[in-house]
Amino acid sequence: MGSKYDVLVIGGGNAALCAAISARRGGASVLVLEGAPKFYRGGNTRHTRNMRCAHDAATEILTGPYTEEEFWEDLLRVTGGQTDEVLARHMIRESKDILNWIVEQGVRWQPSLGGTLSLGRTNSFFLGGGRAMLNALYLTAERLGVEGQYDAEVNDLVLEAGLFLAARLKRPIHGETEIRETSLVAAAGGFEANSDWLKQYWGEAADNFLIRGTPYNRGSILKMLLAKGVQEVGDPTQCHAVAIDARAPKFDGGIITRHDSVVFGIVVNKHAQRFYDEGEDIWPKRYAIWGRLVAAQPGQIAYIIFDSTVVTSFMPTLFPPIAGQTIAELAGKLELDPAVLEKTISEFNAAVRPGTFDHTILDDCRTEGITPAKTHWARKIETPPYLAYPVRPGITFTYLGTRVTKEARMLMADGKPSANMFAAGEIMAGNVLGKGYAAGIGMTIGSVFGRIAGREAARHAKN
Amino acid sequence: MHGSRILDEADRLMTVCNSCRYCEGLCAVFPAMEMRRAFSDGDLNYLANLCHACGACYVDCQFSPPHEFNVNVPKTLAVARAESYAIYAWPQALSGAFAHNGLVISIVAALSVAAFVFGFAALNDRSVLFGVHAGAGAFYKLMPHNAMAALFSAAFLYAIVALVMSVRTFWRDIATPVGGRADGGSIFQAIRDAGELRYLHGGGVGCYNEDDKPTDRRKLFHHLTFYGFLLCFAATSVATLYHYLLGREAPYPWWDLPVVLGTFGGFGLIVGPIGLFVAKLRRDPALLDENRYGMDVGFIAMLFLTGLTGMLLLILRETAAMGPLLALHLGAVFALFITMPYGKFVHGIYRFVALVRYAQERRTAV
Repeated sequence: MGSKYDVLVIGGGNAALCAAISARRGGASVLVLEGAPKFYRGGNTRHTRNMRCAHDAATEILTGPYTEEEFWEDLLRVTGGQTDEVLARHMIRESKDILNWIVEQGVRWQPSLGGTLSLGRTNSFFLGGGRAMLNALYLTAERLGVEGQYDAEVNDLVLEAGLFLAARLKRPIHGETEIRETSLVAAAGGFEANSDWLKQYWGEAADNFLIRGTPYNRGSILKMLLAKGVQEVGDPTQCHAVAIDARAPKFDGGIITRHDSVVFGIVVNKHAQRFYDEGEDIWPKRYAIWGRLVAAQPGQIAYIIFDSTVVTSFMPTLFPPIAGQTIAELAGKLELDPAVLEKTISEFNAAVRPGTFDHTILDDCRTEGITPAKTHWARKIETPPYLAYPVRPGITFTYLGTRVTKEARMLMADGKPSANMFAAGEIMAGNVLGKGYAAGIGMTIGSVFGRIAGREAARHAKN
Repeated sequence: MHGSRILDEADRLMTVCNSCRYCEGLCAVFPAMEMRRAFSDGDLNYLANLCHACGACYVDCQFSPPHEFNVNVPKTLAVARAESYAIYAWPQALSGAFAHNGLVISIVAALSVAAFVFGFAALNDRSVLFGVHAGAGAFYKLMPHNAMAALFSAAFLYAIVALVMSVRTFWRDIATPVGGRADGGSIFQAIRDAGELRYLHGGGVGCYNEDDKPTDRRKLFHHLTFYGFLLCFAATSVATLYHYLLGREAPYPWWDLPVVLGTFGGFGLIVGPIGLFVAKLRRDPALLDENRYGMDVGFIAMLFLTGLTGMLLLILRETAAMGPLLALHLGAVFALFITMPYGKFVHGIYRFVALVRYAQERRTAV
């Protein structure tokens, strides 16, 4: 094979497949190397469910317009300005056409899922979820003649003066151990499943992190690229984390291990003490901060505690709540000090002021005289059985990446663009998403830059 | 804990699915699930019968095997569905017929055919059984029309009584409030949904069969089978009316309504079951309830046999083969009728009732 392929795509998720399809439609021969086995193909894409795209009018599945400007303002807000405006605005503009382009690649949309009405205007949901979306892209790629290989780990990348020369394979493909003379699209994700790498920044605490995606998101391609002179972008120490059930498996628990019940109760650490305002903000912002908050607690564990009056206020959960007829009984099951938990809850209850509960707005149910305060949705916890979910930080993705241009072309450390190396998806998400998160934006980054990277890589190969 | 292990597993899966909900756009099962937070036996049997086994949720699920959450909704609901047929069967003494259904159906079919052959032979002499008969009333030389009508009416009536009793128990188990009545609008909606197999479509692209490439083949073959069956039934009904109202006796000429209906129907009943059988052979075993293979194939075989013998009878009715073929055909039809309440036939009835319930739930939920 050697020079058989115009474009080599490393990775197997949304960005990789959009790149492969777009390169193939641009006339290039394409090889996709996915490091995971077939079932786990696609990295985090298999756990996604929607994509955030700008649109000027309501559609069959979107309840109203979401302009480029509004998208930009949302991005600016969630990143606190840590974004590349030129790149971000380019992505947002391109996202409009992605709504149609992705459908042409076989992906189907549906209105927002039950329990996600707040996203009905901004986000388009994949019919059947992220794995269905991925399956559609794979079928289209296959139909177009894109070649692919699973369990295809890349051991090494050979670069010279900003030029990609070869990828060395762990296991030969058709007898070849190297793929040479081709453009490269790196779409191999972040390093959230690489606990040694996480430990560099988080120390031993990283052992207590759960990984929401597959064990294959190890960041090996990212590491090679950065080590070989590609310019980095994004805070290496940061990752996106939410609070997920502590009983979840170490890897790949996906969406169903999340908890969104924080606002309906209180959260205590292993010393049975509250540590943060549970009523600070509405979904989805509140959802995204609790992973980091729990990560900062001793043992990286916390407990959401509520009573029987609120159990139907949030979506059903995979793991049932742990229950006790008394606070002491519950504390015993959670292995917390019963006296301290009773004190924490009675102090909280005593501090609750009367108000009118409404979880859809920042209501006037709050506490007075305790620290930290619960500034909204504060109601007494007093109706047994008392219930609790143990939670740990669940790492979704990392921010460190390769810097790219508007053409998704990698920039070298010396500031020069690479001739034949492109990046798309989580591996370059840090360019537009320096911190924070807005639902569905990871998929926007993947599809938009994947499509661009494939097109540019094919163009390079033709010249 | 539920009444059976499969319902425990169905409950576990619905708990997983209800905290995910990615599949809610695929069919009716998941929206129905979302209307509940806990699942009774009746709820699970309702969801199991609402599932059309298109397979899309298995292929689309990020937690299907080999994932440790081991989410296989199509297979689990297929097993629960088959078990529900026995649970609601009337009379309960015959519910065991579902356990070795392929065998039961084969034996009943063989006995029925044999009974007609020996019956014809015993009542008539050999020259009649193997004779060439033509013209109006030819069939009744072998068996008087009134005897035929009485026998088949009795068999048909029994099937209807048994099915009604079974469905009554099922409806009581799934209706809320218990004993609630179905309204006309919901029934009409269910007729439309069942008539077009709305939920046998993988969310719009077709079913998943041998691999992850969706096709609409199963839907097509099911339509051929179902509408073939209805046409054959219509043919028999028209012929009965001809006989009693107009005094016209079978066999009828090829252009006459009963024969035209029967020919089209017979074509469907031959091609449809073959297609469904091939699809079953090629389907990914991960999606199938392999313990019910006999039941599924038994039913497909009975429909095929009914269609085939009927068509052969039409083609060869003026030859000496008519007698044995008539025995074969009547035996097949008789066996089909009396085993109806105790075989795969009931899937259509329960699924229809589940669709009525679903339509009703949707109306109340809005």
